Amino acid sequence: MHIIVCIKQVPDTTDVKIDPETNTLMREGVASIINPFDMYAIEESIRIKEKLGGKVTAISMGPPQAEAALREAISLGVDEGVLVCDRAFAGSDTWATSYTLAAALKKIGDYSIVLCGKQASDGDTAQVGPGIATHLDLPQITYVRKIEEIDEEKIVAERLLEEGYEIISSPLPCLLTVVKEINEPRLPSLKGKMAAKKAEIKKLGAEELQCEVPKIGLDGSPTKVVKIFTPPPRGGGEIFTDDPAAAVGTIAGKLKNVVLGANQ
Amino acid sequence: MTELPIRIDEEQCTKCTLCVQACPFDAISMEKKQFPYIDLEKCTLCGACVEACKFEAISIKEKAAAKAEDLDAYKDVWVFVEQHEGKINSVTYELLGEGRKLADDLGMDLCAVMLGSGVSDKADELTSRGADKVYLVDKPELEYFQDEPYARVPVKLVEDYKPNIFLCGATTIGRSLVSRVAVAAHVGLTADCTELAIDPETKQLLQTRPAFGGNIMATIISPNARPQMATVRHKVMKEAEPRAGRKGEVLIQEIAQDLLTSRTKRLKFVQEIESTVNIAEADIIVSGGRGLQKPENFSIVRELAEALGAGVGASRAAVDADWIPYSHQVGQTGKTVCPKLYIACGISGQIQHLAGMSSADVIVAINKDPDAPIFKVATYGIVGDLFEIVPMLTNEFRKILGN
Repeated sequence: MHIIVCIKQVPDTTDVKIDPETNTLMREGVASIINPFDMYAIEESIRIKEKLGGKVTAISMGPPQAEAALREAISLGVDEGVLVCDRAFAGSDTWATSYTLAAALKKIGDYSIVLCGKQASDGDTAQVGPGIATHLDLPQITYVRKIEEIDEEKIVAERLLEEGYEIISSPLPCLLTVVKEINEPRLPSLKGKMAAKKAEIKKLGAEELQCEVPKIGLDGSPTKVVKIFTPPPRGGGEIFTDDPAAAVGTIAGKLKNVVLGANQ
Repeated sequence: MTELPIRIDEEQCTKCTLCVQACPFDAISMEKKQFPYIDLEKCTLCGACVEACKFEAISIKEKAAAKAEDLDAYKDVWVFVEQHEGKINSVTYELLGEGRKLADDLGMDLCAVMLGSGVSDKADELTSRGADKVYLVDKPELEYFQDEPYARVPVKLVEDYKPNIFLCGATTIGRSLVSRVAVAAHVGLTADCTELAIDPETKQLLQTRPAFGGNIMATIISPNARPQMATVRHKVMKEAEPRAGRKGEVLIQEIAQDLLTSRTKRLKFVQEIESTVNIAEADIIVSGGRGLQKPENFSIVRELAEALGAGVGASRAAVDADWIPYSHQVGQTGKTVCPKLYIACGISGQIQHLAGMSSADVIVAINKDPDAPIFKVATYGIVGDLFEIVPMLTNEFRKILGN
C-alpha cells in the first residue's frame, strides 16, 4: 500500500516568547519543527505500513529549508520525501496550498490513503486537508482518533466530535486528518537517522506539477491579509497574594452575576 | 523570470527600518547592502510592512480586480445551520446574531441554510431569531452530517442563489464541510474568526482571526470572489434572541439525488459519557493542571465545576499523565475554548495552554507560584495552595447559587 503523509514545517511555539515591552512575538532564533499534529499523521502512516506493507511518502510544501522536516520524517520511518517548492507558490492561502498539494499528489500518483494533521499550529485553519480531498475528489474522514480497521480496499475509523465520536467507513483512496489522541509518536531510530542523512529529497516546482498559474501563489489565493496586529494585552489583573479566604470572598462576589447568568 | 511579488522602491526608501520591525515573520533585514532585504522564503506577503512604511516605498503585486458587476450579482448573508438530531447548535444562533448586523449594514437579507431530515418544523426557530429566509433541504440522506452531501448541497445552493457572505461555525462539522465548499466554489475562506465587520467604504467583509496561538491577529478580506466565506469561533459572538411573531420565508429546495450520495458511511455515533458538559459549549470551565499532583485530586476541580454547572478542562500535562481523557484538554493541541469564566487550578500557563483559553471573558487563576505565566492573563489571581483555595471557592459559589 502506498501511503502519503502531508506535513508542514512551522515555528516551534514553545520557543516563541512575547516581548513584554512591545507585546510582539520574539522570533529570533526560533527553531523550525514539524507541525505537532503532523507527527501523529507520520506515526500513523508508519503503523499502517507496518501492518499492511508498502511505502510511505512524506510531502511538504514550503521553502527550501522545509527539506529538514522531510528528513526528520524519514528518520522516523518514512521511505521518501517530496518537497513542493517554487517561488511562484509564495503568498499561497489555503485554497492555493490545497490546489498545489493536490497537484503534487496527482503527480506522485498511485496512493491508497492520504494522512494530514488536523491543522497546523501556526495557521490553525484545518482547511488544507479537506481542501486537498476536494481537489482530488476523495472521500474524507476528519479528526480521526483511531483507525479500527484497514485493508487494501477500505478503512473504518473513529472521528472525534465535540460531544462524542462516530465510527465511519470509507473506500480507499481516502484522506484522513488526525488528532493527537490517535497514537504516541516514536522517536527516530539510529537506522532512520542514517537513512535521513542519505535520502534524496525529490523537488517539485510549478512547472513539473503543470499547475495553472492563476491557481497558485498570490494569484490563486482568494483571501488577502490586510492587517496584522498584536492583540491588546489583557493586563490589569488583580492578584491576591495573602489571605486567600478574603480573596476567595472578594472574587466570588465580583463573579456573582457571571455565575448566576450562566446558571439561568 | 516572474515578477517579484513584493518590492521596495530604492528611491523612496529612507532605510528607517520601520518595515524590519513591523514584519511579523522576521523576513526583512538590513544586512544586505544596508538596504532592507526581504527574504521571500519567509515572507507571506501579509502587507504589515506596506502599512508600516511611512514613505510608500513597499508595494505588493496587485491581482487583477474582479469586475464590479460580477460581484454585484451576489446578495445576502448566509448562515449554515448546524443541527444534531433536530437540535440546533447554539453556534448557529451566534451566527444569526452576527449575520443580522452584517446584513443590516449591507442592506441585504439574512438567510439560514438548513440541511437535515424531518427538520422543517425547526425553520421557525431560525426566522424568530432574525433569518429573513430559510433555505431548507429536508432529505432522509441528510439525517446526520456526512462530509460529501453536506458539502455538495451548499455548493449547489451557492451556485443557484449567489450569496455575498456565507458564515459557518468553526466546529468539527463546520470546518470539515465548509473547507470543501470553499474549494469547490473557488472562493476565499477565513478560519475561526473572532470579529467580523463590513468595511464602510468597500463594503467588503473584514474577517479578523487569531494566528500563532492568539499571539497575533490578522484581518483578512476576499476582494475578488463571492461569497466571502468564514468560520466563526464558538462563544465569541452574541446569540440572536428569539422574537415571538417574527416571520420569514421558508424556501424548500429540491436537490438532485446524485448530490446526496456519500462514499463514507457512518456506522455508529457514540455519545461520550465522560464529557457530560461539552467544554466547547460551556459558559464556565474549571480546569486542572499539574499542580493537582495526582489523579484523585481532580475531584476538587470536579466539585467546583459541579457547583458552577461548569465543564471540566485540563492542561496538557494533566492529560499526558493520564489523569483525565484527551477530550478535556484545553490548548493548542487540544480544544480552543471561549467561556464567560475560566478557572485555572494549578495550571502554570504555558503559551500553548494560553492559546486555547486566553479569549475567555474572565480568567481566575489559582497557583502557588507567583511568577506563573497564567497570572499575566488572569483577571483575578490567587497565589496560594489550591487544595485550600479551590474548596473555599466551591463553598462560596454554592452559597451564591443557593445549593
